[in-house]
Amino acid sequence: MTRRYVLRRLAQVIPTTAAILVLGFLLIHLAPGDPVLALAGQNGDAEYYAFVREKFGLDESLPSQLATYAGNVVRGDLGTSYVQGRPVSQVIGERLPATLLLTSTALVVSTAVGIGVGVFAATRRRRWPDVTVSLTTLTLYAAPVFLLGQLAILLLALRLGWFPVQGMTDADGPATGIGHVLDVAHHLALPALALASQEIAAVARLSRIGLLDELARDHIRTARAKGVSERAVVLRHALRRALLPVVTVLGGRVGHLVAGAIVVEVVFGWPGLGRLLVTAMQNRDAPIVLGVFLLVAVTVVVANLLTDLVYAFLDPRVRYR
Amino acid sequence: MSATAELAAVRLAATPPGRRARLFARAIRTPGGLVGIVTVLAWILVGVAAPLLAPYDPFAIEGPALAAPSAAYPFGTDDLGRDLLSGVIWGARTSLIVAAGVAVLVVVIGSAVGLLSGYRGGWVDDALMRSTEAFQVLPRFFLALVVIAFFGPGLDKLVLVLGVTSWPLLARVVRAEVLALRSREFVEAARVQGATWNRILLREILPNALPPAIALLGLVVAQVILIEASLGFLGLGDPNVTSWGALASEAQRFLRVAWWLSLFPGLAILLAVLGLNLLGDAVTDALSGRR
Repeated sequence: MTRRYVLRRLAQVIPTTAAILVLGFLLIHLAPGDPVLALAGQNGDAEYYAFVREKFGLDESLPSQLATYAGNVVRGDLGTSYVQGRPVSQVIGERLPATLLLTSTALVVSTAVGIGVGVFAATRRRRWPDVTVSLTTLTLYAAPVFLLGQLAILLLALRLGWFPVQGMTDADGPATGIGHVLDVAHHLALPALALASQEIAAVARLSRIGLLDELARDHIRTARAKGVSERAVVLRHALRRALLPVVTVLGGRVGHLVAGAIVVEVVFGWPGLGRLLVTAMQNRDAPIVLGVFLLVAVTVVVANLLTDLVYAFLDPRVRYR
Repeated sequence: MSATAELAAVRLAATPPGRRARLFARAIRTPGGLVGIVTVLAWILVGVAAPLLAPYDPFAIEGPALAAPSAAYPFGTDDLGRDLLSGVIWGARTSLIVAAGVAVLVVVIGSAVGLLSGYRGGWVDDALMRSTEAFQVLPRFFLALVVIAFFGPGLDKLVLVLGVTSWPLLARVVRAEVLALRSREFVEAARVQGATWNRILLREILPNALPPAIALLGLVVAQVILIEASLGFLGLGDPNVTSWGALASEAQRFLRVAWWLSLFPGLAILLAVLGLNLLGDAVTDALSGRR
């Protein structure tokens, strides 16, 4: 990969990240009332507000406040949650692993299953398996994630009893070792599936269209004429280029998945950022909400950066543009 | 951002303009397009005529608590004995208001940015496209959360924050159209006649650049409805109106005893989003000459 492309693409991250920071800063100051309320939450006392006012330099000019604010965030200081009496970064850090586990599982599952389903449908074009897949993916793609989650609970957990209804572990489950891993996996199955289904649908539709476009090309006809087996035609000759559109949307899907995870966590009682956010919203604990926004926004920027680099690696034309 | 809307935008941008007039008619004659337009029209009708269609006041305590669907209460009742059918019907109106408001903002901002960017070119184009990319990676759902946390819940704020962040796709399509249109004969002719540049933009280019952008609007609005529903589900919707997401959120507490509370609001969202997606897909397919 050319170093120039990588450097140029890396350089684009800086203004975007700066814009996100400024946006957070502006929202704090546009919020009705004293900005100290946005920074410290609604439930502080006078002494604490004075402390926050001092820390963020709220009595100084706006530009110098922005500098203070940006400096704090860059150092990983997202402020303090007054309600919890702890730094926001610490509160988020505790909840992050559960959300990461949920979203990364859903990302991997949806990519693998989505591509599989897309290939399955494209190689049976216009026949009933293809039509069934198309109708199913259309429906899944339109379904709100809480409906899928609630239906999964109703049918697979409550009616059939195959999966637990809520939480991440059994109260009396083993706390360590392989038993613990299996326990978590058992609890993870339904939320991950509910979260993944919309993405499975999106990936399946993209890879189906990509593969159909690719299979109509001349080099595929040549390969077939030379007697290459249909399996090798699809998997070796067509699939790599057919999957480029799937790679393009990877970065965008990360943001989408994290948003979905918030809802799924509420449906399944999964102890991640979702529950934290809902509680923070109820307590008007603004620093936590803003902290999660900054974290997710920067994650999406980085995910898009990685996507572009992977894309450039797969498709040399991009590098020399 | 919707993955397929993204792809449709790329397709649309590659389509030569012109001869699109009859394409909409052709689009809604495909099976998907027909189901799409019927569903969307039904949703709009229910939303507009909600006061006439709803059998009860969605907030009034009318029947027994948690009654299963029956002739008197076709969708059942909630824990306070409120009629769910009426709630779903009024919820259509809420989602319609959000969708319409966001659509207006998206079209206005998206075409303004796209027009300026495509027609002026140079550093204006660079700066506008950079901000378009920045807006495109903003996680809209989380930004909406921040706005609600700072400014409190309300439909007006929701429309504003979703509208101000949902336009990038449209701007890119309009820009691509403008680039394709600006050296065409009729634009040259207008320029030779001494038309000012904003007259050329608004009277000559915009009417031709807008149709493909409008086709994408269905796909953009579908995503907005899902976001609005998610926020409602988290209890962050406007507390003064009924919304599908808020109804589904009530269902969460009574999943074991009242499946209907979850199913019907969820299905309403699914149908509205499915209709918009089908319609958007059919129109973009027809515009880009597929099928």
